[in-house]
Amino acid sequence: MNNFDYGTAPELKDAFIQVNENAANAFLAGGTNLIDLLKYNLIRAEKLVDINPLPDYHGIEETSEGAVRLGALMTNADTAYHPLIETKYPLLSRAILAGASAQIRNMATNGGNLLQRTRCYYFYDANVPCNKRNPGSGCSAIPGYNRTMAILGTSEHCIAVFPSDMCVALAALDATVNISGAEGDRSIAFGDFHRLPGDTPHLDNNLKHGELITGITLPEKGFEKNYSYLKLRDRNSYAFALVSVATALDLEGDMIKEARIALGGVAHQPWRVKEAEDLLLNQRATRENFAAAAELILKGAKGFEHNSFKIELAKRAIIRNCMMALNPESQMPGAQPSA
Amino acid sequence: MNTELDLKPAPVFTGKTRQITLNINGLPKSLEVLPYVTLLDALREYLDLTGTKKGCDHGQCGACTVICDDKRILSCLTLAVAKEGAEITTIEGIGTGTELHPLQQAFIDHDAFQCGYCTPGQICSAIGMLREGKAKTRADVKELMSGNLCRCGANMSIIDAIMEVKDGGSHE
Repeated sequence: MNNFDYGTAPELKDAFIQVNENAANAFLAGGTNLIDLLKYNLIRAEKLVDINPLPDYHGIEETSEGAVRLGALMTNADTAYHPLIETKYPLLSRAILAGASAQIRNMATNGGNLLQRTRCYYFYDANVPCNKRNPGSGCSAIPGYNRTMAILGTSEHCIAVFPSDMCVALAALDATVNISGAEGDRSIAFGDFHRLPGDTPHLDNNLKHGELITGITLPEKGFEKNYSYLKLRDRNSYAFALVSVATALDLEGDMIKEARIALGGVAHQPWRVKEAEDLLLNQRATRENFAAAAELILKGAKGFEHNSFKIELAKRAIIRNCMMALNPESQMPGAQPSA
Repeated sequence: MNTELDLKPAPVFTGKTRQITLNINGLPKSLEVLPYVTLLDALREYLDLTGTKKGCDHGQCGACTVICDDKRILSCLTLAVAKEGAEITTIEGIGTGTELHPLQQAFIDHDAFQCGYCTPGQICSAIGMLREGKAKTRADVKELMSGNLCRCGANMSIIDAIMEVKDGGSHE
């Protein structure tokens, strides 16, 4: 960790002035990923601008249109356990509680969750090439041990996965990311926030240096009756997903009126396939129909030497999670598979 | 394979020491630290409170868990300068000096440690978990304590000890 400078930002304006002074200045919120990256010398900051003192963005507010805005500085734990999220957006609550550990969820913020870096082993090993860490140096994961890597949306330059659980639910819920910067405010639809690696794998998302996520807006529809989050991993808790699935269904009897299915652990961003969700419209909520949707979601999936198992795992996880969404009570603590 | 180190050159070292006050176990403590000093290192190296342990130093093991403003957090991923004025409780602050905290007694009664290295973090984490009040069942306790690893394999006894205190209602 290099000897960076530190400043606090009591107002948004100060935060932008301080962070824009140098391209190597960064905002500090929960710090759970940033401090770790600094400790490994994977990034080096000139100055950290602590935005925790900002008076706004620490809570939840309901808008007049029935939407809910999550403050970017609210912790993951406070969000997951907030009565409004538990009752109206239980899928989000479940997904957050499947991630990290209780201590980390007490520290990590909602804005920071979107900005966490991949946990690809080669990205974390500064002694080997990595196009994400050092553009143009090559990808060590493709010829290397790639069991945890992506099977969808990969490029010849990068097969890293985006590790968030929370974001899988936010993708399924069609959230919007609210952003502020020295130039003004803007919003990005959740599906447009994260990027595929392509030939610029060093860019995880479309946030520019000096811009700050201030909130995440959830549309009114929370799918609180039929939802499920399933996370499959090498140990049952405190591990990143091999495959995770967020399912949100709107049912009339056993007929599907709307379906949302998002995958985690399989790509450089949460993965949704509109054609698969459309296929389920006005169909019965049966294993066979969910299996047909799963085939469509995994169409085009490409395995590497050690991770081809993820293709079949993802299909089965989708079917199982959609069946669990019919009876959300069947979910286990930590989004573990039920017995 | 390209084995050349691809670290970018370090920027100018601009960090300057700052005077901060942390309220540790009920007492205000003033210290001068560089911005990159973690709360864990501030406790251990500056304040000689070595009960809080450095395990992985990367947020993967939970050995450094302390209670900060009533929440259990990882002191290894926290900058000391960012906790100016915070109330911090470490393992040294949970008993009275003559009497053990109920969780400390329960850990002894249930043989809930072998080497003891993870124990301060386990106990601070369990205190935080009981205060949070979200764990209803043994399965919940296991899930909500998963951020604290015990590599001796005392996990079952650790959960037993926590369950006894939880069900006994003596959470503080």
